[in-house]
Order: sequence, then structure tokens, then C-alpha cells
Amino acid sequence: MLFTSYKFYGFVILLVALYYVLPKKAKWPLLLLGSYVFYYFAGWKFLFYILAVTVITYVSGLLISRNKARAEARIAEMKALDKAGKASSDDKKTAAGSSKTLDVGKEKRKHYKESQKKARRRIMGIGITLALLILAVVKYTNFTIYNINGILSAFHAPKRINFLTIALPMGISFYTFQAVGYVIDVYRDRHEAQKNFFKYALFVSFFPQLVQGPISRYGDLSKELFTPHAFSGRVVGRGLERVIWGYFKKLVIADRIFPAVNTMIDTPENYKGMFVFCVMMFYALELYADFTGGIDITIGIAEMLGIPVKENFERPFFSKNIAEYWRRWHITMGTWFTDYIFYPISVSGPMLKLGKWSRNHLPEHAGKRLPVYVASFVVWFTTGIWHGASWNFIVWGLGNFVVIMFSQELEPLYAKFHKKVNTDGSTAYKCFQVGRTILLMSALRLFDCYRDVPLTFKMFGTMFTTWNWNLLRGNALLGLGIGRADYIILALGTLLMFIVSMFGRSGSVRDKLEKKLPMPLRWGLFTILLLIILVFGAYGLGYDASQFIYNQF
Amino acid sequence: MDELITILKEIHPDVDYETATNLVDGKILDSFDIITLVGEIADKFDVVISAEYMIPENFNSAQALWNLIQKLEDDE
Repeated sequence: MLFTSYKFYGFVILLVALYYVLPKKAKWPLLLLGSYVFYYFAGWKFLFYILAVTVITYVSGLLISRNKARAEARIAEMKALDKAGKASSDDKKTAAGSSKTLDVGKEKRKHYKESQKKARRRIMGIGITLALLILAVVKYTNFTIYNINGILSAFHAPKRINFLTIALPMGISFYTFQAVGYVIDVYRDRHEAQKNFFKYALFVSFFPQLVQGPISRYGDLSKELFTPHAFSGRVVGRGLERVIWGYFKKLVIADRIFPAVNTMIDTPENYKGMFVFCVMMFYALELYADFTGGIDITIGIAEMLGIPVKENFERPFFSKNIAEYWRRWHITMGTWFTDYIFYPISVSGPMLKLGKWSRNHLPEHAGKRLPVYVASFVVWFTTGIWHGASWNFIVWGLGNFVVIMFSQELEPLYAKFHKKVNTDGSTAYKCFQVGRTILLMSALRLFDCYRDVPLTFKMFGTMFTTWNWNLLRGNALLGLGIGRADYIILALGTLLMFIVSMFGRSGSVRDKLEKKLPMPLRWGLFTILLLIILVFGAYGLGYDASQFIYNQF
Repeated sequence: MDELITILKEIHPDVDYETATNLVDGKILDSFDIITLVGEIADKFDVVISAEYMIPENFNSAQALWNLIQKLEDDE
């Protein structure tokens, strides 16, 4: 069920209406039922995957929680016994004896506490491994076979392994990460385990965020997910505003520019030089409008149900550098990788040993930075392969790693430059930084476009070797599957998106509209936006509605 | 505490760590800085800050970090 399908519109309207009509007790079960119905439409076989991940992580969370409760009770018991022992020693007036009893007791408790923590870590490890194993099998089996076949071919071996027919279940990377995060957070004592299996199943499957995230944390989402919300016209209206804005980005901008991007990357041999630059820029616009539009729809639908979902973007293209860009783009994925991969790797035993060694043996700066860079490398490799089981995504991830490391290492040089040239508050310099971020990110995204590493390098090179920029003055861009009217709509749509983004710098645009405009005027504005979508959106007969780009990850 | 301030000063010399209370939330310390800090703390105080303690509240101020170090020292 595509977000852009009539079936989905009907589904959401019915679900929201039922949610507010049904009695309090039935509200969250309705959301669970709705989420599974939504997932059923993606393919009934996929239900087994989401159920398996749910069961595994639910049981792991519960076992960790039970172990912790049992261990705490036992420690309290041991403490009480020690105290009783001390009291008895005191009665006999043997101070040394009572202190000894306490020390032995403390040691015992510490030993017991550590052994129980290890047991919980084991449960967490097993749970995470099993959940990730499902993801690995469905997502990476054919990639592994592809690489094995490559090695066999390099050694001229006659045998090849056949690829398996495995369909990638919708949103599996998102819900698996969300569920794994839950288990780790229970282990880390960030929150209690959810005892009600069905409530937990709703957390994993909550339908608006199944398609492309955000990757929510249980501690955040659960606050309102199970709470029965009474109908509020304001809440539903605000959610709807966000949904309309999301559809505007998706249908008027992303889906309108999609044919042009597709034409250029489908037959790359015909589109070199300045066309590659167009791919960079057009795809950046398409991806931004597609992904942020999708997230707007997700957050808007959840908001209509009274459930706040974490923001996933903070105007990323206004970032000064790539590191900042990644703190503002797909935020929930970035923080997931930081909390659950980067930090644990960085402070693991081997890494601390490496850090100690590097600080003693390498120059001061490199010595301090080496462990950080090793952990970053792992994170970016994982980020790449999480986006897709192919080398182009891995190289894309590592490309980001290289750029971030370079900018980190060049920081002293930048500092020297800024000492000599004062750029504080300079709009021109800010524009330069933003332009640099856009160009760098868009260039790296070429790996995502061409999906072939050597081809991407070759095409990138043609920007400097095939000098056909003069075509921009002619009608070359009109031969990409979209016409003059499309470009005008795209330009105006992008301008509107830019203006809204600028307004959003100092707080929510909807809050500002609510404060400044009376309701009829505000709703007039959103009705116009809806009409713009109906008139200028890319949909309808003869139009092949495209899936959201991040859905495939 | 002074030793901790010295370590922090090496990472960002221009910050007043006596008064700053939003080191992470204010984006003064990023994840790279935090890991560098954890390594230095492990060296100087012989205390390992594991991933479960790596939350903004523990790194937002020098005092919060100092409290964490002391808590971990006591646990050991």
C-alpha cells in the first residue's frame, strides 16, 4: 500500500475516524490491527518476518528485565544478611570481625552483580544476533553469493553459486533497528521492558513509520503510543497540515523530477559531462523532497492520532560541513548508529587498549584520534551496507567517512585561515560553506544513482572531460522526459520549499502560522496547497507512482 | 576535578568548563570529543566509562562528568 495510493488515503481516513470513535480501551489495539493490515498489503509473507523480530526482541527484553529484578532482590537480601551478620558481630564486640564480614559481603555482592550483568549481556547478545540474522539473511545473502562468485571467478573456478529468490520485506531495516535499540535500552536500564506482547508489537509495527522511519526509541514513542487520545480538531488539523505539506514535496517536487533523473541514469552513455552535474543536483532535490516529504506524512499521520514522533531532519542542506549535515539528515538513524555502534565500539576493551597504545606510540594528535577513526570507519561501513547490499553503498558510506576525517584533520588549518581572514558573520562565507556541503553530498550520492562503483567514478570524471556545458543554453534539458511546464513547477515548488525552510529556522512554521493567521485563513492556505497538489502533482492515469526512495533500504 | 578540567581544556581550550552546563546539548562536545575524553579519563583515572553511561546528562558539564567518574570509582 503506497503512501501515494488511494487505498492508503482511504485506510488512513478510516483508521483516524475509528480511532476517535472507539472506546478508550480499543484505541491502541486498533492501531496494532491497522499496522498489521497495512503490513499485510505489502505482502502477507512479510508478516512472519516482523512477527519473528517482534517475538525475539520481546522475549529478550523480558528476560533481561526479569533477570535484573531477580538480581536486585537477591542483592538486597544479601545486604540484609550482611547487616544482620554485622549486628551479631557488634554484639560480640569484635570490631575487626564485623568489618571483615562487611568486606566479604561487599565482595560477594559485587561478584554476584557482575555475574548477573554478564548473564543479561548474554541474553541481549543472543536476542540482537537472532534479530539481525533475519535481516542479514534476507538482505545480504545474495550480496554474499555475488562476492563469493566474484572470488571464484577470479580464481577461474568453474563453479558458481546460484542466487536465491528472497524478497526484501518492507521496512525490515527500520523495524529491526528499532527493535534492537529497544533490547539494548532495556539492558542499559533506560526503561522497563514492555510486558504486554501486543503493546510491544505495536511499538515495532506502528504503521506510519514502517515505510521509511524515523527509527524511534521505545522511551520516546511509548509515552503516547498506548495513551487513548480524545478527539481534538486542533491536533487532527495540525497533523493534516503536515501531511499536506509532505504530499506537496513528494508529488509536486520529488515525483515530478524523478523521470528526468531516471532518464539520465538509465542510459548514462548518453548523458555525460554537464548532465552528470544535473544528475547530482536533480537527485539531491528529488531525494530531499522524497524523504523529508515521506517523513512529514509519517509525522503528520501520527500527530493526527495524537502521537508525537521524533523529527528526522533539521534543514540539512544549510549545514556548514558534512559532519553537521549528518547530524541534521536522517537524525534518528545517525543517533542510532552513534549510541548503539559508535560508542560501544569506541569504549570496548580492544579499542581502549588500542587507544592506550596509540597515545604512547604515535604522535599526540594521531594517538588520540586513532580509536575514534577506527570506530568511525566501522560506523560508516555499516551505514553504507545498511542502505543497500551492494558495493556502491559501501563506497558511498566510506566516501562520507573520508570526507569527515579529512575535514577533522584539516581543522587546525581552517583555524589558522580564520585567524588571518575574519569570516565571522560573513554571509558570503556561510553561503560558500552551504554550497560546499550541497556539492559534496550530491557528488557522493552519485554512487546511489548509478549503483555501480566504476561507472560512478567514470561518470563523475566526464564532468571535467566532456565539455558540453553549452547544451544548457539549448533545449537539452527538455529531452529528459519532463517539459518546460514541469521545470517551472519544479522551480516554484523548490522556491516555496526554500522559503518555508528559511522560516523554519527560528521555530515551527505551523506554530507561526497558528499565531499569526486566523483559522479560516490558515485553512484557506492549506486548501490552496492541496489544490496545487491536485493540479500540479505527478499522479493519476498513465503515471507510475514511484515508491519512496528510502523504502528500499 | 582540576585534572578533568585540564583534559577538557585540551579538547576545547576556549570553553569555560566551570560554568558551562550544555556541553553536549549546546553541541560544544561532539561524539568524537566524547570518545577522546573517555580514552583520556580511562588513562588518567583508571575508570572505564561504558556505552550505557554515554548520555548527554553525564557529559553536559564538567561537574556531571566528575560525578560520574566518582560514581564509577566507588562502584569499582
